[in-house]
This record gives sequence, structure tokens and C-alpha cells, in this order.
Amino acid sequence: MTELTGTQTAPAPSSSMRIDSIPLVLFAAFAAAPLLASASGAEGYVLSLLTRIMIFGLAAMSLDLILGYGALVSFGHAAFLGIGAYAVGILASHGIEDALIQIPAALGASALFALVTGAISLRTKGVYFIMITLAFAQMLFFLATSLAPYGGDDGLTLPNRSLIAGAGLLENDYAFYAATLLCLIGAYLLSRAIVTSRFGRVLRGTKENAVRMEAVGFQPFRFQLAAYVISGMMAGLAGWLMANQAEFISPAFMTWQRSGELIFMVVLGGLGSLHGAIIGAAAFLLLEEFLPEILHAASFLLNDDIRSRLTENWQMVFGPLLILIVLFARGGIMGLLRRPHHG
Amino acid sequence: MAEPLLELRSLRKNYGALVVTDHVSLSVRPGELHAIIGPNGAGKTTLIHQVSGMLPSNAGQILFAGEDITHLSMPQRVKRGLARSFQITSILPGFSAMENVALAVQARSGSSFRFFGNASQEKGLNGTAMDCLSEVGLGARAHIPAGLLSHGEKRQLELAIGLATKPKLLLLDEPLAGTGHDESQRVVETLRRLKSRLTIVLIEHDMDAVFSLADRVSVLVYGRVIATDTPERVRENPEVRAAYLGDEEMV
Repeated sequence: MTELTGTQTAPAPSSSMRIDSIPLVLFAAFAAAPLLASASGAEGYVLSLLTRIMIFGLAAMSLDLILGYGALVSFGHAAFLGIGAYAVGILASHGIEDALIQIPAALGASALFALVTGAISLRTKGVYFIMITLAFAQMLFFLATSLAPYGGDDGLTLPNRSLIAGAGLLENDYAFYAATLLCLIGAYLLSRAIVTSRFGRVLRGTKENAVRMEAVGFQPFRFQLAAYVISGMMAGLAGWLMANQAEFISPAFMTWQRSGELIFMVVLGGLGSLHGAIIGAAAFLLLEEFLPEILHAASFLLNDDIRSRLTENWQMVFGPLLILIVLFARGGIMGLLRRPHHG
Repeated sequence: MAEPLLELRSLRKNYGALVVTDHVSLSVRPGELHAIIGPNGAGKTTLIHQVSGMLPSNAGQILFAGEDITHLSMPQRVKRGLARSFQITSILPGFSAMENVALAVQARSGSSFRFFGNASQEKGLNGTAMDCLSEVGLGARAHIPAGLLSHGEKRQLELAIGLATKPKLLLLDEPLAGTGHDESQRVVETLRRLKSRLTIVLIEHDMDAVFSLADRVSVLVYGRVIATDTPERVRENPEVRAAYLGDEEMV
């Protein structure tokens, strides 16, 4: 019998190693990209696009932690981006510009908001959970639009990026890129540890069969709430980064469309793999960025009028394209990457 | 006579005017295998739901090991040693058989609010899980995803998960439902071995199994207990025979 278990466990590590090479390649690419950016001649543009991808990747990954591993469809995750961003804006406008104060404040506020709204939302299931998380995010959105001292509807321009222990290290785009990458890798490693831990196993089990989990003695609510708080804090950190990159905050950071985009990124990349969410965010933002040009180039046979209209209304192609990808690539991009290894 | 391990005192459950559990009083002695039989729709599964905490009761009391557990949640009852299996198989299909059981072990050994360390590599959890799997004869299938097990194996896995919670009392809701002849023989053998260590409440339609395993049998008809006695005397009870009239299994 020991022989039997030996042969059955043997293939498992090798297949997990094959999949594990994807995040390694992904993070190596992010680490090497600044070198290429400086060679490209448009380094400012390339760096800022990649930084934005990593920030959204962090936010999407935080959502994947509860959506992919806990089946909790939060339709209000952009609220945490807003909380993180407003932690920067509000503190900065009172002269507190140091990240060492801002980041704990952003994380603390996100945790508190997640704890209160999660404790209420998690009493519902399915569509009701989706709607109630959306409702809480909308409440926060309208609160932000009414904050006249902090820009209200128009938002607030920050005088400069956050300081680190009094030093303006992040003003340099390369340094900010490195800081973002560190946050992303740190959050990835933490999330990876969480999903394989005892806690993560209970969360995954609850996703599969909550009644069974109760019947062996777990109270799923406590685990889901803790995961919701952790996820919210990670998204709050992404919000802090987002405000610093743009050097601007506004209620637009937490619109419901943004929450929807985050869900889309996770589904596009592939649910429940963590790095899939980062890849999904990258695919989404790159398509959004380059689709107009791709359309322009691809429609060379059409007359100029139609061509310019098509390029102008690129979103008409973007939407259906995303739907097609989700429909025909079940399991998202990660599903496509995994498939050739099987069989 | 020893104090009962589980005692139901005029337990009641109704959905509007429909009374599903009608003043059921029952006591289960420590160490016995107590079977509950009854025609379809008698309210057997509802009763198990009420005892395990999945459904609230409208009236009455449930005492377990001398303690009133009527208002405790299912997880709280499990922690006190009251485990159950489900009539409709309830497992984690994406987890291996081993992990299904290891999770039940995890629930009673140490905190599950641990965010680091690979849970699937914990030797303490896996060792105990393996013992439970071997006990029900699934040792060789430990690493198969539970969703890929045969129906009979899933029933055995349910039993292993129940055992892994280290229960004082195991509530089994039709453990033989839908199993083939060989598989059901295996489950009956397992139950025979377990009954020396555990108190078991068994709901089952397979009368051969019930009469060969049970120490006492309660008969539930339309939500009421019409008889509780030894298998032999229940078999001869005219009221029971009337309730089962036309049901060949009983003859």
C-alpha cells in the first residue's frame, strides 16, 4: 500500500512545479522590464503602463483570494482602492505625507471597512452578496463625491508622491516601479501561503461545500470574514499605490465599473490561481491600451471614414472580444496555459 | 441503567400545518446501535437534521451527554461529539479523499486560523486521516479526488469523515443508500466493528442490515415513534406490521 501511495503522489509535485514556473517567469519579466523600457526610448510611458498593470494586478489578485478560493463575488472591491487612495489624499492635505503613516492608515481603514461591511454582507449568499457589496461600495463612492474639502466630485491633486521616512525616494519612476513590484511580490507570497495553509484549506473547503464544513465542526462565517478583511487590506494597498502613481485622487477610483473591471480581470486570467489574476489584469489593460491601434492597423481595407469611426469606438470591439475570450477559453488565460500539459 | 447519551424530549417540527416530527421522545443508551426505521416520508431525515442542528426544532428538547443542546449550532454540536453523515452524499469533490478526512481532523486539533505552513503536508493530520480511511477500507484510494470515487466509496468516505471528528455518537443517514451488494457488505462489516467503540444512531431502509446490526429499533410513522424495542420484538409488533403492510422487506 505504501508503494501505491508513492506512485500516486509522484506526478503531483512535477505538475505543480510546471504551473509554478508561470509566476516565476511573470515576476522575472516585471523585474527585467525597466531595462527594456530604458532602451525603448519611451521609458516614461512604458514604465507608467507597467506600473499600472502591477497595481491592478495586485487589486485583482486580492479579489481572486476571496472570489477564486472562497467563491465570494464581491462587486464592491473598488471601494478598497478608494479607501487606500483617500488615505493618501486626506492625510497629505493635512501635511502627513509619510508612507510609514499613510500605509498603516490605508490598511487599517480598509480592514475596518471590510470587517463591518463583511460582517453584514456575509450573512447573505449568491446574488444578495453581490448586491450588498455593490451597495456598500456605492455608499462610499457618494460619500467621496460629497467630501468638498478633499475635492468632492473633481478629486484632489497631490503635491507630490508619499515620502518614505521623510525622503522623497518615490519621486523617481524607477524607484516607484520597484516599490510597486515589491508590494506585488510580497502580497503574492502572502496569498500563496494563505491558500495552502490550514486557514486557506478551510476557505477552499467552504467554497466546495459549506454544509459539509459545518458538519465537521467549522463555522464558515469566521473564515470568510477573515479572508474578506485580508483581501480588502491588499486592495487598500493597491489604492495607496494607485493614488501615488497618478498623484491624484478622485471618486472615480471606486466606481462600480471599476469593481466590475476587477472581476473581469480575475475571470479573464483564470479563477483561483492568484498569478492568473495578475495576467488577467495585464491582458485587460494592454488590450484597452492598444486595441485602438490594432483596429486601425487591421482595418486597412476599409475606407477612411469607417476606419476612424471604428478606431474611435474601439470599445464596441473590446466588449464582445472579452466576452468571446471568457466563453471560449474556460478557465481564462491560465486555463489555456495549463491545457497543453494535460493528456 | 446508565444515563442516556442522547435524549429527545417531545421534539416537534412543523411546516405550517404539516407536522413532520410529532412529539418524538427517544433515548439512546451509551454504546448501543439504535436504528430508526419507518416508511418513506415518515420524517426520519428531518429528525436527523434536527438532532444534528441543521434544522431548528419548533418545540421540545435535545439532551446530549446530559447537556441541553437544543439551541446549539451544528459546528458546536460536532465539537461536543455529535457527528453525522448525509443521505445525499456530501463531500468536497475537488479535494482528495485524504484531504476530506484531514479537514475533519484539523477541525478538532488546534486552531485553523493559521496562515502559514502547508496544511496538506501536516503529518499529524494526515496520519490520523489515513487511520480513518483504512478503518472504512479506503486506505488505497486516499489520494484520489473524492469526486472521482465510486458511489459506494463516497458513502465509505462519508463514514471516514464522520469518524475523523472523534464523535461520541455518530448519526448515520442511510449509509447504504444506493450501494451495490459488495459495497453494502463492506459498510455493514465496518459498522459492526465500530459499534463496539461508538454509539450509533442508524437510519436505514435495508432491513437485513438493520436487524443484524441494531441493539434496539425505533419505528417512526408520520413523525411519531410508534415502537422502540429489540429487533425481535419490533418485528412481531402488530402496529409496526400494520404500518409496513405491503412492504415485503419487513416480512
